[in-house]
Amino acid sequence: MLAALRRLLPYLGRYRRPILLGLSCAVASNLFTLLTPWLLKYAVDDLTTGVTRQKLALYALGTLAISAAGGVFRYAMRRQIIGASRHIEYDLRNDFFEQLQRFPREYFDRARTGDLMSRASSDLGAVRMMVGPAAMYAVSTGVLAIAATAMMISIHPRLTLLVVTGLPLVSLMVKFFGDAIHDRFQHIQAQLSEISAIAQEALAGVRVVRAYGQEDAERAKFLAANDEYVARNKRLIILQACFYPSMTFGFGLGIVAFLYLGGREVIAGRLTLGEFVAFNGYLGQLAWPLIAFGWVTNLIQRGLASWQRLLDIFDAAPSIVDAPDARPLGTPVRGDIRFRDLTFTYGGGPAVLRDIDLHVPAGSTLAIVGATGSGKSTLVHLLVRLYDPPASSVFIDGRDVREVPLQNLREAVAFVPQETFLFSTSLEENIAFGTRDAEGPARLERVRTAAAIARLDKDVTQFAEGYATRVGERGLTLSGGQKQRTAIARALMTDAPILVFDDALSAVDTYTEEEILTRLRAATADRTTIIVAHRISAVRHADQIIVLEGGHIVERGTHEQLAFAGGPYSDLVRQQQLEAELAVS
Amino acid sequence: MSIHDDEILGKAYDSRLMRRLIRYLRPYWGRATLALVAIVAGVAVQLAQPVLVKRAIDDYIARGDLSGVTTIALLYLGTLVGAFVAEFVQTTTLQMVGQRIMYDMRREVYDHLQRLDLAYYDRNPVGRLMTRVTSDVDAINDLFTSGVVSVFGDVLSLAGIIGILIALDWRLALLTFCVLPLILLITQWFRSHVRESYREVRTWVSRLNAFLQENLTGMGTVQLFRREALAYGEFDRVNREHRDANLRSIYYYAVFYPAIELVGATSTALILWFGGGWVLAGTITIGTLVAFIQYAQRFFRPISDMSEKFNLLQAAMASSERLFGLLDTPVTITDPGSGFRVPGSAAGSAAPKPKAKAGGIVVDDVSFAYVPGTDVLKHVSFVVEPGQRIGIVGATGSGKSTLINLLLRFYDVSSGRITIDGTDIREVPLAELRSHFALVLQDVYLFSGTIAGNIRLGRADIPDARVREAAEAVHADPFIRELPQGYDTPVAERGATLSVGQKQLLSFARALAYDPQILVLDEATSSVDTETEILIRDALHVLMEGRTTIAIAHRLSTIQDMDRILVLHRGELRESGTHQELLAMRGIYHRLYELQYQSHGPAPSGGPATSPTIDPVMADEGA
Repeated sequence: MLAALRRLLPYLGRYRRPILLGLSCAVASNLFTLLTPWLLKYAVDDLTTGVTRQKLALYALGTLAISAAGGVFRYAMRRQIIGASRHIEYDLRNDFFEQLQRFPREYFDRARTGDLMSRASSDLGAVRMMVGPAAMYAVSTGVLAIAATAMMISIHPRLTLLVVTGLPLVSLMVKFFGDAIHDRFQHIQAQLSEISAIAQEALAGVRVVRAYGQEDAERAKFLAANDEYVARNKRLIILQACFYPSMTFGFGLGIVAFLYLGGREVIAGRLTLGEFVAFNGYLGQLAWPLIAFGWVTNLIQRGLASWQRLLDIFDAAPSIVDAPDARPLGTPVRGDIRFRDLTFTYGGGPAVLRDIDLHVPAGSTLAIVGATGSGKSTLVHLLVRLYDPPASSVFIDGRDVREVPLQNLREAVAFVPQETFLFSTSLEENIAFGTRDAEGPARLERVRTAAAIARLDKDVTQFAEGYATRVGERGLTLSGGQKQRTAIARALMTDAPILVFDDALSAVDTYTEEEILTRLRAATADRTTIIVAHRISAVRHADQIIVLEGGHIVERGTHEQLAFAGGPYSDLVRQQQLEAELAVS
Repeated sequence: MSIHDDEILGKAYDSRLMRRLIRYLRPYWGRATLALVAIVAGVAVQLAQPVLVKRAIDDYIARGDLSGVTTIALLYLGTLVGAFVAEFVQTTTLQMVGQRIMYDMRREVYDHLQRLDLAYYDRNPVGRLMTRVTSDVDAINDLFTSGVVSVFGDVLSLAGIIGILIALDWRLALLTFCVLPLILLITQWFRSHVRESYREVRTWVSRLNAFLQENLTGMGTVQLFRREALAYGEFDRVNREHRDANLRSIYYYAVFYPAIELVGATSTALILWFGGGWVLAGTITIGTLVAFIQYAQRFFRPISDMSEKFNLLQAAMASSERLFGLLDTPVTITDPGSGFRVPGSAAGSAAPKPKAKAGGIVVDDVSFAYVPGTDVLKHVSFVVEPGQRIGIVGATGSGKSTLINLLLRFYDVSSGRITIDGTDIREVPLAELRSHFALVLQDVYLFSGTIAGNIRLGRADIPDARVREAAEAVHADPFIRELPQGYDTPVAERGATLSVGQKQLLSFARALAYDPQILVLDEATSSVDTETEILIRDALHVLMEGRTTIAIAHRLSTIQDMDRILVLHRGELRESGTHQELLAMRGIYHRLYELQYQSHGPAPSGGPATSPTIDPVMADEGA
């Protein structure tokens, strides 16, 4: 735990001035708070014995002055400490995001976005509460509690002992209830997300639900989840119903003890009425610190747990990083690709690729075909180090890709993935995603050119706002084919010497596919191109075709060489021709 | 998922909405009354406490009466017990009533959503509907459990304090009330600024979350295109704005609390100055003075509490406005005769299907428009004999999917009529009508639960053997068996672990297990490898066996062997016939066919190869 806290020190250190200043203000403001009952004591005592109007005026002004001075310090305390906590939160969040950016694809395959999101929001929030409000209240209430007790002791030590000893129980109670409530609250939240999930499913799948007459079954699921939600809430409600009143009750007991014992002391003449009133005032001032102690403990506990969860992310070493002796590829990059004795497994599982030997000369086109799971995608993923290949197995321009800086490597390869991710900005921004060009007519012209090659231009003319149309999650929903064509245009915009299409035409119909490929051939004549595809139509013009089966290259050659060779490729050709000829049957 | 329209806040109190909200309280009025009594009792005993201290000082301590002090201490203890009981009762009854109301509302909203026409779903994204079911209902719960009640409690204790102060000494009371306008002014200032800055903070929180969500999901793309630095810069900007919005809001809190305290101190000072003078003059006692100072402290708390509740009330009003808006949306597609039935009592999905039905469909002069004025279907007529297999082709926007929506009565025809086995579909109860169909959609929708559960889909009366049989018939059995727990394997996140082809086969098994008379297929998926595609094609034949089938397709290969093919073009039925007949016609179908096959190897002998032209039909493809 201490080790974990030490990791927080650099962040705190950056803001040590406002934090120290704020904490001093916390101490100062509470010292002023203590003065009020003291002043009342003198006022009441003077009133019982007789006093001048001038002195009364002094007391009245004193009250105001004390409150004003205390207020100024309290203002400064809040601004400094809470302000610093917001700065720390900001720094932490930036670092968190930067750290996530270093993780390879593999990490995001395993991690759930929801989990990472909750670390970035609620865990970070809990850490902020720990370094901000919790620290502030711990110091200010600590000072107040100690000082108020000291004042009470100075008035009447024995009475203080009798009245105050039981009160820390209130703090313990707050802590106990706080933990239990937090725990049950988590259960309730979990159930609420269950309800959401069920409702989401029924609403998003409304067509299927209705077509299959599933309304009743879905309703039953939904209501059962709601029943459970109510039941869990009931458990929390009972706890809460005990918590707050028992706090006031516990504290009230102290007041009862004081009323009786203190009253007796006044009657016996061992305590003045003024002291009685002041003592009562200090007792009242203890209430909040006692509650706050319990609360602060909970905040710190939660903050520490959350900080640990954040550290898990900060401490995870990104597995794909630049080698210490990484050197950029020579300029210009020619685009000569070579796979040499490449065997690859995912995290020690069975080999996904085996003994791959392959040369793709600069400027030529390689097509990869094969069934689902034959290793096609893996092969191209290794080229851009989405996963790391073994050393000395994948080369660009004769250089091991592992010895090339990631930045430089990915600049050299424009990659069109299987699943297109669109950001919720304009279509233009999405297509220009990989370029560094500034927005303007020149860039828009290039976007148009790329979109024309990808056959997206016709679609765009139908959008009301053309290339300025907002797409993605909060914009226009594009069809699968439109998305893929956007991704192709995006890749074309980059001018990278190597182009990779990872099954990037699957949602485009055969006719459009042919059109795109024809235009691509013209536009990418001097670029090295790798096409992963299912359909013969997409690969037949390639300079070199390989067929993968179970991670092996089982056939290689041109379309002309393979189409009638009687191997798996010619089977594929036959299958797909059969499809076409079914027409005449 | 636009959230902006959900953030408009209106007034904090609307009597029309409030009256309607109060109706939800009706079933629980007994418990609500009990809670009210508990609140009144709780306020009363808490207000009695300073009075007791005053009595102790004036009547007993000052006079040296120890037994009187004992009585007061015991009375004080009594108020503590009373306060405990009152608060316990109040919290438990009130919160439970809140839970019940929330349950009732959720059920009502959910039921209504389940009945609402699909047109409503077209207009409202699922995310927005989810907000209704979850957070809007929550906001109303807050209103019942903490909002209304604590405002009531605050008003009550405020009134109580005012009463007690006046009873103690009306002149001193008036003096104390002097500072009230000041309090109101400060509170008003605080409230308006905090509301504004809170809204600002919320905007940045949601932008921060949206950015993160998007960039975590799209991290692969960011990395591939080396946008890390740019994304970081953008994140930093949003994060910084979020921080600064928060920093601005600190200012208001930092000023508000000390300011309120200062006003409190002002009233203490006034009481000391004037009250002290009166004590000296002998008009009031010291006990009164001390009680006044104590009450003055309690006096300000309800006022600042109430100001915090204002936002809550406002949010609840906005939420109820939206909820009632949803509940008031009329359902137009209903069962015949009855207005509509509660799903729970509708013709149950498990009810035996009338097997006697043959599955003949007549579409008679049907027109339809989603938006009045722009007809998507124009006077479409055709007849499907029982057991016949019909293919429908046409470009996107030609009205193919609309036809299916009308058949299943997701929408009602604008004019004309559709009959099944001679009965107008509007005269058949919805549940019964839909039980004749099995719908297989392009995007297969999988529910959470097991594989078997997804084939059976809530119909508990379908035995395991039937599930397995259906899966075997459509070639889904081999891959299901290979899953870790076979048919009992849970479907993770909408079937993320299954391939597109596997999901398609599952949906076939689902349709087969339901054994409907009419099968409706909406464009089998395109992105599967050839082997899977052959499996799917074969499974389709099994599925269509002995059933009336209506299949929509983009790819002609899937429907070439249908009994009849209908060609829709811009909402009109333009051609109809078998594959060969249509090719011979050399119309739209022929052009579509040419376009799809000219790029493949040898030209099919079905029709002489003509030079391909870019056809208007294909121009609006994928729109």
